[in-house]
Amino acid sequence: MAVPDKAGVVRRRQDAAAAPEPATLDVSNATRRQHPIRWLAGILVAVLLAQLINMLVTNDNFGWSVVAQWFTAESIMRGLGVTLVLTVIAMVIGIVLGVLLAVCRISGNPLLRAAAGAYIWFFRGTPTLVQLIFFYNLSALLPRISFGIPFGPEFVAFDTNTVITPLLAAILGLGLNEGAYMAEIVRGGLLSVDHGQREAGQALGMTDRRIMKRVILPQAMRFIVPPTGNQVISMVKATALVSVIALSDLLYTAQSIYNRTFETIPLLLVAVIWYLVVTSVLYFGQSFIERHYARGDRQQPSSFWDFLRIRPKRNAFPAVTEGPST
Amino acid sequence: MTQQPATAPAPVLSARGVRKSFGHVEVLRGIDLDVEAGETVVILGPSGSGKSTFLRCINLLESLYGGRILVDGRDVGFEVRGDRLHELAPDEIARRRRDIGMVFQQFNLFPHMTAFENIIEAPVGVKGEKRAEATERARALLAQVGLSGREDAYPRQLSGGQQQRVAIARALAMRPKLMLFDEPTSALDPELVGEVLQTMKQLASQGLTMVVVTHEISFAREAADRVVFMDGGLVVEEGKPEDVIDNPRHERTRSFLARFL
Repeated sequence: MAVPDKAGVVRRRQDAAAAPEPATLDVSNATRRQHPIRWLAGILVAVLLAQLINMLVTNDNFGWSVVAQWFTAESIMRGLGVTLVLTVIAMVIGIVLGVLLAVCRISGNPLLRAAAGAYIWFFRGTPTLVQLIFFYNLSALLPRISFGIPFGPEFVAFDTNTVITPLLAAILGLGLNEGAYMAEIVRGGLLSVDHGQREAGQALGMTDRRIMKRVILPQAMRFIVPPTGNQVISMVKATALVSVIALSDLLYTAQSIYNRTFETIPLLLVAVIWYLVVTSVLYFGQSFIERHYARGDRQQPSSFWDFLRIRPKRNAFPAVTEGPST
Repeated sequence: MTQQPATAPAPVLSARGVRKSFGHVEVLRGIDLDVEAGETVVILGPSGSGKSTFLRCINLLESLYGGRILVDGRDVGFEVRGDRLHELAPDEIARRRRDIGMVFQQFNLFPHMTAFENIIEAPVGVKGEKRAEATERARALLAQVGLSGREDAYPRQLSGGQQQRVAIARALAMRPKLMLFDEPTSALDPELVGEVLQTMKQLASQGLTMVVVTHEISFAREAADRVVFMDGGLVVEEGKPEDVIDNPRHERTRSFLARFL
């Protein structure tokens, strides 16, 4: 890269101006700008933080001893397990469904496009909570579920009430809803890949399936993975909705305990802390994966730790990073 | 029906009355062109003359609305049944495209694969060549385009000229019967144009059958067996480079070439 030699630049400038400049007139010796507002904001935040800690320690209503007593109780652990299992299953359904719907949305078949569009419109347009309650009460609408030839003979039939357990209603409600959101994420990722990539694959005699698998999807992943991480974190929290259909997830378990013991706040805290633990682990994993997929990109997302670190003065004005030598 | 008498080998490319429109705009208004094996044909013409569209019709990246294009005696997208053409299934079209290499203006290398992986992707994954065989050939091809030792470089680590040469090697790896070049140097910095043209001249002299759309008049003069001048969706004139470039018969050819002198 042709970085002009520092001394050379100075010398040329001297020739032009015919007046010697002190060597300190160089960007690398510049005085940094001060940030008084940042310091003010910092002090404000520190005062608020001190107040918060003071309250956490001195307010007995938090009932920290009760929190400690229930934190790893067996029933809470089981509730946490239900929450995690539900998150995983609903996300898997959502991702598989999302990829299928996204491929339908960009396919050449107008019928498939319309059908996928209608699905996404319905599931994004109604609240998840309503969908959950709806699936839970499916038997009121369809007392029997049967499989067979449409309008013809049935092969197997079930009583809806025995099939749609709270767990299945929760899986359907969360998973089908998630599919609609994932479809939009996957579609955005697929469309972000340059059209020339597809043409290059076609010119090499690749089939559409192979182009999708080997060329488009690997490149779309960079745009799909980060928002999918957000969806997983949202899903952990969305599972709390299933407490309304009496599925013993983390929140429902905490509620059923405090309904007996009246230790409402401590048990809600147990749930809150567990949700935070799970989402924190996921946040950490997400930033790790994001950095993996951003490899070689100019703009690395800066982490919180980068933000905290005091930057060495010399890099305050970094040199232009080396790009492709075009 | 497409058989020629045994004495005259069928042309590698044979286009007859090719028509194409985008909406109400007629881009191709009946193009006829034959390219014999081993020939290098350069298509010149102003922007919007339809030369790139015609090139993309040859391997069916654009569908034609009328006429017919035969590559190696076969329609790329159709099958003759009785006295009609029947559209082929996408996978069969993909199979027939394997014999036609293409080099794009924007290179279109796969950015998530190294130069080496770009080259062996189609031979191994599409043609089912053995990996060891394809590996050896990929090395030889990279050497041929002057990029020995850059096997493991990702496209973004290569200059535009180097990327385009990898793209040429990638197309050659399929052992195409016909190579299409769609303005291969238009996206390059001026100082990088030479290395790509040099590679292409070499290929032309080695007897590869090539159709090249370009604005590089010097390349046409030095490497082309035949020059075709297109304007307004029609072939205005064609002939030996010294005739078309140095003694153009048509006013439109003359005024186009005048801009390059």
